[in-house]
Amino acid sequence: MDTTTVWLAIGLCALITFAERAVGPVATGGRELPPVVTRVVVLLASALLAALVVTQAFADGDRWHVGADTAGVLVAGVLLWRRVPLLVVVLVAAVVTALLRLAGVP
Amino acid sequence: MQPARPRADEPWRRGVRDSLPFATASFVLSLSFGVVAVESGFSPVAAVVMSAVVYGGAGQFALVGILSAGGALGSAVGAAALVNGRFVPMGFALGPSLRGGPVRRALEGQTSIDVSWTMAARGDGTFDRTYLFGHSAVQYVAWVAGTLAGVLVPGMDARALGLDVIFPAFFLALLVKEVRNGRRLVVALLAAAIAFALVPVLPPGAPVLVASVAALVGLRENWR
Repeated sequence: MDTTTVWLAIGLCALITFAERAVGPVATGGRELPPVVTRVVVLLASALLAALVVTQAFADGDRWHVGADTAGVLVAGVLLWRRVPLLVVVLVAAVVTALLRLAGVP
Repeated sequence: MQPARPRADEPWRRGVRDSLPFATASFVLSLSFGVVAVESGFSPVAAVVMSAVVYGGAGQFALVGILSAGGALGSAVGAAALVNGRFVPMGFALGPSLRGGPVRRALEGQTSIDVSWTMAARGDGTFDRTYLFGHSAVQYVAWVAGTLAGVLVPGMDARALGLDVIFPAFFLALLVKEVRNGRRLVVALLAAAIAFALVPVLPPGAPVLVASVAALVGLRENWR
């Protein structure tokens, strides 16, 4: 990987991400969202978070993949549901994943 | 004894305080980003600069992953743009709660990062912007500092240590808080199913963006 490609990639990624974060705030101005849009907006976080978790835990790039990390995330889910503190959850999930990999699980 | 006066900076302080437990997780996550980026051929400076100017973990991992797998510049940047594409709907949601003219709003919108955005949401469609700034500032420091720590630790195998599960575990924590409300649980399950089904069909990042359509069930009034 040459240096020019790396810096070009970083620059483009930064510009695009900036634009992605800026377009909504600039376009909406100080206006209030119509109630129907608000009803969608309050549900957006749940949809995005669920999709992020699933694609992290059950996919590797554009392939479905179940492995040690899937088990780690499932353990995290159970602990979180039982209201175990986040740091403990993250630690246990990482340890479970690491131990499974040590045992040869991909 | 005098009654405690309400302070103007109270939401900012609350944001900072609430951000700290998540900052620890962010630190470890960005540490693993630093390790992975350097392993993939990024210089240490490039890895730290990327965290400072992009400030979006999923997009950064996507870009580095595709470049190190021999992917073209265009596909790497495109994948990162798709993964970070969720910032577009998030920005439209956040927009009305920000202040000032276009330039200031564009800059204020840069504080949007999943964990801070989710926790700054008041639940009625509006956001506490001062809380968001406090929360996001701590995340930013943790994110850049973590990457710096990662590039300074030579030869650590982030995968063997299971550090790659921190990212999904982190988002799962936010999700669990959200879905204790039944309606949101339905939306989350729907989005999860959409994203899962689209994994083999679309490039990485796109399934997450498309899955956000699950929130459209909110179009139905009085739906529960």
